[in-house]
Amino acid sequence: MGNILNQIGIENYIFLSVVLFCIGIFGVLYRRNAIIVFMSIEIMLNAVNLLFVAFSTYHQDAQGQVFVFFSMAVAAAEVAVGLAILVSIFRNIGSISIDNLKNLKG
Amino acid sequence: MDTNLALILVLTPLLGFLVNVFFGKSLGKTVSGAIGTIAVAISFVVSLLLFNQITSTGKGIEVTLFDWIQISNLKINLGFLLDQLSVLWLLFVTGIGSLIHLYSISYMHDDENMHKFFSYLNLFVFFMITLVIGSNLLVLFIGWEGVGLCSYLLIGFWHKNQDYNDAAKKAFIMNRIGDLGLLIGMFIIGSMFSTLDYATLKTAIAGASNLDSSLLSLAALCLFIGACGKSAQIPLYTWLPDAMAGPTPVSALIHAATMVTAGIFMVTRLNFVFDLATDVQSVIAIIGAITSLVAATIGLVQNDIKKVLAYSTVSQLGLMFLALGFGAYEVAVFHVITHAFFKACLFLGSGSVIHGLHGEQDMRNMGGLRKVMPITFWTMLISSLAISGVPFFSGFFSKDEILLTAFHHSIPLYVVGSVASIMTAFYMFRLMFLTFFKEFRGTEEQKHHLHESGSLITIPLIILAILATFGGLISLPGHSWLNKYLAPLFTKATEGEHHLGTTEYTLMGVAVLGGLLGILIAYVKYFKQDNVPEADENITGLSKVLYNKYYVDEVYDAVFVAPVNSLSKFFRDYIETGLSALVFALGKIANEIAFQGKKLQTGSIGLYLFVFVLGLCAIVSYIFLAQ
Amino acid sequence: MNVSTILIILLIGAFVTYFSGDKLASKVALLFSLAALVCSIVLLNNYSAGENISVINSWITQPKISFALNADGLGLAMVLLTAALTPIIIFSSFGNEYKNAKAFYGLILFMAFAMTGTFLAADGLLYYIFWELALIPIYFIALIWGNGDAEERRKAVVKFFIYTLAGSLFMLTAFIYLYTKAGSFLIEDLYKLDLSACEQLWIFLAFFLAYAIKIPIIPFHTWQANVYQKAPTVGTMLLSGIMLKMGLYSVLRWQLPIAPLAAKEYMNIFIALGIAGVIYGSIVALRQKDLKKLLAYSSLAHVGLIAAGSYTLTLDGLRGAVMQMIAHGFVVVGLFFAAEVIYRRFETREIEAMGGIRTQSPKFTSMFLILVLASVALPSTFNFVGEFTVLYSLSQVNIWFAILGGTTIILGAYYMLRMFQHVMLGETNSKTFADVSLNEGISFVAIIAVLLFFGFYPKPITDLITPSLETILQVINKN
Repeated sequence: MGNILNQIGIENYIFLSVVLFCIGIFGVLYRRNAIIVFMSIEIMLNAVNLLFVAFSTYHQDAQGQVFVFFSMAVAAAEVAVGLAILVSIFRNIGSISIDNLKNLKG
Repeated sequence: MDTNLALILVLTPLLGFLVNVFFGKSLGKTVSGAIGTIAVAISFVVSLLLFNQITSTGKGIEVTLFDWIQISNLKINLGFLLDQLSVLWLLFVTGIGSLIHLYSISYMHDDENMHKFFSYLNLFVFFMITLVIGSNLLVLFIGWEGVGLCSYLLIGFWHKNQDYNDAAKKAFIMNRIGDLGLLIGMFIIGSMFSTLDYATLKTAIAGASNLDSSLLSLAALCLFIGACGKSAQIPLYTWLPDAMAGPTPVSALIHAATMVTAGIFMVTRLNFVFDLATDVQSVIAIIGAITSLVAATIGLVQNDIKKVLAYSTVSQLGLMFLALGFGAYEVAVFHVITHAFFKACLFLGSGSVIHGLHGEQDMRNMGGLRKVMPITFWTMLISSLAISGVPFFSGFFSKDEILLTAFHHSIPLYVVGSVASIMTAFYMFRLMFLTFFKEFRGTEEQKHHLHESGSLITIPLIILAILATFGGLISLPGHSWLNKYLAPLFTKATEGEHHLGTTEYTLMGVAVLGGLLGILIAYVKYFKQDNVPEADENITGLSKVLYNKYYVDEVYDAVFVAPVNSLSKFFRDYIETGLSALVFALGKIANEIAFQGKKLQTGSIGLYLFVFVLGLCAIVSYIFLAQ
Repeated sequence: MNVSTILIILLIGAFVTYFSGDKLASKVALLFSLAALVCSIVLLNNYSAGENISVINSWITQPKISFALNADGLGLAMVLLTAALTPIIIFSSFGNEYKNAKAFYGLILFMAFAMTGTFLAADGLLYYIFWELALIPIYFIALIWGNGDAEERRKAVVKFFIYTLAGSLFMLTAFIYLYTKAGSFLIEDLYKLDLSACEQLWIFLAFFLAYAIKIPIIPFHTWQANVYQKAPTVGTMLLSGIMLKMGLYSVLRWQLPIAPLAAKEYMNIFIALGIAGVIYGSIVALRQKDLKKLLAYSSLAHVGLIAAGSYTLTLDGLRGAVMQMIAHGFVVVGLFFAAEVIYRRFETREIEAMGGIRTQSPKFTSMFLILVLASVALPSTFNFVGEFTVLYSLSQVNIWFAILGGTTIILGAYYMLRMFQHVMLGETNSKTFADVSLNEGISFVAIIAVLLFFGFYPKPITDLITPSLETILQVINKN
């Protein structure tokens, strides 16, 4: 594993994950459809996971990979709940565009 | 033995009070009256025993019951001191008290709350005894405030009438002004000498090397303010005339014979303090003289029979303070005693008249009572002669002593005192002529019911008249038993024993002539010329000012009472609401901030996310830029 | 047996009362409050016999908080006050019907529990917890069972709650700061701290804010009159009789010994503030139309004098203050009860609407008059002993303080007698007024007996409190 890292270089992993993260951010900011926003958040999460794994290899420390397993499991649960909420919202309002979700207004 | 005797003395009236409070109603009027009277009579007998003991041994008795209040540098006992002064006071408090209780059985018989009346009277006697025999200033203060309370209860005895209640309240509050003075005086003395006990204080003052005389003067002045309140001196005298709202026996006992002399008692008790404060003594003399003159002038024109006697009391108390101011304590005490006899007799006599007329107090509606009420007439006549200073009645000796003392110290004050005495003779005989001579001026119905009072009323009158006649014997000029008796109390040598020379006899003659002159004017004006005082609305000029008591009450109202009340309204309506609004304002500010902040919450998730990312960028760039 | 017994009795009592049902609640509560009274007397007895009745257990290790209850004379005196007044207060409510009575009486006992804890706690944080805990029951009592317009009542009670809570937060801050210095909340560790004058000033002020609102000292009193008026009389009694003594007690126990330099430096200002309260409260009381409000302002005047006495930092001042606290506790409960007795018959608190009661009910008149006289400190009542001692201590600081503070005996007589005249005297009222019932009479007689007994023989109380006050003074004067 160390070899692969040596061949590609840690900075490329960082670069990739930053790009993924930014794609996620832009997705969150620009898209109105709640499901797309949700997907963008998943991309951001995975960008971070990628970084975790990369550094875990770089430092020869398995803890990072353990964390990734945890966060993937939690993310799966979160997606399940989140999608359920979205379905419920769609049933109630008939739309999942975040522009229509203003119930948080103070 | 002494302790038991002292306890019987104090507690019998208290027991009488308790019995009448709890069982008085069921016991019936006569029994409850009898219990009240017997309770005081027992105290009188005990006082006689104590008097006997003290005259034979010549030593005071000290009784200490227990520690009462502990303060770091002074320890205050609940204890009694029975010496010459207190036993003397006890004798006439319980003696006259018994007579007045006896009188009240008949006088108050028609009142539904008679048992209450007797319970209050007994409570009064209890507190008065406590006042007199306390061994320190604070025990005196228990009695001092206690008699004030009883005075409050008894002035407002007919409590359905709010005017009477006002009078009662006024008496209590004016007394409290004096009480504050007394308290402050106690504080100063306590901090100076670390004691409030009379005996210890006396030795402490005698032994003190460098006294702070100005502080001691301040203490004496404060104590004197206390005396002013209780003994109705300028500027705190206005409550006493109003106090006549109470039943007449109360006026006789409390507001003439006993309670109002408490101030004189206190000053005499603390003679060793006042002796060192000479400037305060001058103040006392001047206030006393002015009070006696002012009250006498007001007394000249009053038409309410009790009001005349009330102002006469204030005036006589002023004379006593005049004597105190010159350090002639035994003279003041002498006048206290004779005054107690004749003034109690006068009040009880006026009560007999009022009783006979079913509550009529205005002298303009009296007259000609001499024939129907002979005993009342003769006893009141004797007392009037005594108060006017006609020779060989008791008042002659005591008043003469005061004027003699004044003459030796200050001619102007002597003149003031003499003028007041002439006026006294005038208004007393004005009262006598208007009440007892000529034709009856009341309604036909009243005339029909006129009668002499019963024996329970006349017997006390006769006894008091006898005392008023012969009371002067206790201190005859040159052979004064009283001065010798009281001598152990005073640090300075007594100067009451004036050498009887030409000056003295001349002054005596002047005084007698003055008294007779006053009587003569009254005779000419109200007997010869048959004048009757004008109706209220026709009074004009100087007499109007006098009739309205120099408008002092009105002035006090305008200067003290009204401002305090409007200040209270101002505080209530503006300051309170203002402060309250200030506290609410704090809450409102928080509310307002929240209200503005609320607008940021648009509910648009897109905006939230944008701000969120912006914040993240800001934090990240801050971290990088900070490094 | 130690002092935690009494806390346990009260806490269990609160729950048992709640679960005993509406019908039994009042009697169960009375039973438990009497048990607490008996327990406190036994404790007092053990304490006088020299037994150690204090408790100290570690409770939370990080940060170091102990469950420490310390019973000295001062604390026990205040516990006795609470334990004696609670049954009287509960018993006085027997003539009234409350809906949801089980919660009502449960809250009363819970409040007694919290207040007792405040008087006993010897650990700063424990003390703070009890202090705040006492606020919760009174909030509900005043809010749910109070009288008058519901909206106004809510406004007054919420203001009171937030106001006192906000004040207390400053005290909590002070405690946390002290903890960082001392590493412990225990009172003896805090006493040992050597703080600079500047630190002491800030701590003094933080404490002052909490206590000034609770006591209350002007100008922090604005919650008082409204809450006293709106709360049910039982709540008013708890507030005025015991709860405001928490503030005064805390001044003696916490504020003065922890920040003595500041106390000495600014003594005159705080005495003056107390005396200003005396005069201001008395003057405002003169023109009150509502009986309970008038009594509230008279209470303001009296506690002003007590506070002034405490800030003299002399033994007399402290002793007089404690005695006056006890005396005032009893007399104010009695007076509010008298107001309640009138309300039961006339259904009004407007002074002008009363009058003529004396002719109809001599017993009630006598009892009310004795309470009025005790309130104006007539000699031979306990209030006189307290007031005299406090005024004497003030005269030792500055004679003008005694003169100005002494105006209370004039103004107090003025407003109390004026009130008495309009409420009780005058022509017979058209409304009938039944004389006191046996139940009502017992409460009155108990209060009057205490006031008169200690008026003549205050020695037991003086002996109880003096040693602990001397200890406190030693701490204050350690430098």
